[in-house]
Amino acid sequence: MSHEIALVVVAVFLASVVEAVEALTIVLAVALTNGWRTALLGTALASLALALVVLALGPALVRVIPIEGLQVLIGVLLLVFGLQWLRKAIMRSAGVKAKHDEAAIFEEEVALLSAAAATPSRDDIDWTGFVVSFKGVFLEGLEVAFIVLTFAANRENALGWSALGAVLAFALVAMVGVVVHKPLTRVPENTIKFTVGLMLVAFGTFWGGEGIGVEWSFGDWTILMLVGLYTSVAWLLVTYLKRGVASMPALTAEATS
Amino acid sequence: MTYVIAFGRFWYDFIVGDSIALAIGGAGALALGSVLVHADAVTLAEWLLPTTVIATLVISLRRA
Repeated sequence: MSHEIALVVVAVFLASVVEAVEALTIVLAVALTNGWRTALLGTALASLALALVVLALGPALVRVIPIEGLQVLIGVLLLVFGLQWLRKAIMRSAGVKAKHDEAAIFEEEVALLSAAAATPSRDDIDWTGFVVSFKGVFLEGLEVAFIVLTFAANRENALGWSALGAVLAFALVAMVGVVVHKPLTRVPENTIKFTVGLMLVAFGTFWGGEGIGVEWSFGDWTILMLVGLYTSVAWLLVTYLKRGVASMPALTAEATS
Repeated sequence: MTYVIAFGRFWYDFIVGDSIALAIGGAGALALGSVLVHADAVTLAEWLLPTTVIATLVISLRRA
C-alpha cells in the first residue's frame, strides 16, 4: 500500500468516525424512545441506500467524465468540503462557535421523539422514529459517501481501500455504541474534524492541481507538505481568533456554556 | 415545483454550506491555476494554488 493510499484510508476512516458518532446519537435516541426495531430498520435501509449511491455513482463517474475533468471536479469537491470542515473546526477550537455536544443533541432528539410518539410501543415500528433514524444515518453518511467516491474515483482500485476506511469506522462506532449504550461524548470530534479538514484540503489542492496540469515538484510528498503548511496556517488562525474571543467576554461565556 | 426547489436547496446546502466564500474560493483557486498553466506559468500555479486556498480560508473566517 503506497503512503498516498494509506493517507486516503486514514482520512476516510476519520471522517467516517465523526459522522458515525453523530449518526449513532440519533439512532440511540430513536432506539431508546421508539424501540430497537424501528431504529435498526431505519439504519439498515439508510445503509443500503448509501451503498447503492456509492455503487451507482462510483463506476459511472469514472466512465462518464474524462480523468483530467474528474480530477478537477474531485479537487473542487474536496476543497469545498475540506474548507467547510476546517473552518468550523478552527472556529470551535478558538471558541467562536460552540462545540458539538452529543449529550445535548441526544436529549433534544429524545424529547422531540417522545412528544411525537402518539402510541408508544416497544414492539411495533414507529414510523416517525423510522424516518428520523433513516434520515440521520443517510444524511450523516452521504458526506462520507461523497468523500469515499471522490477519493476512489481519482486512483485505480482505490474504491475498495476508500470504502474499507468507512466500513471499519462505522463498524467500530457501532460496536462501541452497542457496548456503552449511550452517546459517545468522549470522542474528540473537533480534533478529528480538524485533522480530516486538513487532509481533505491537502488532497483537494494536490489532485485538483494535477487535474489542471500542475506538475508538483515533490511528487506525492507534496500532500504531506501541504498538510504541514495548512496545519501551521490553521494553528495561527486559531491563535489569532482566540485573542479576539478573549477580548469579548460575552461571546466567550456563550461559546463555553 | 416545490420538490425541485427543495431538492436544489438540499444540494446547495450540502455542497456550499454556510459560507459561499469557500465554494467560490475553492473553485476559483483551481480556475486561476488553470489560467496560469495554460499561460505556461506552471511553477507559479504550483505556488499560487495553496496560497489562494489559504486566502479563501482567511477571508471566510474574517466574515464569521
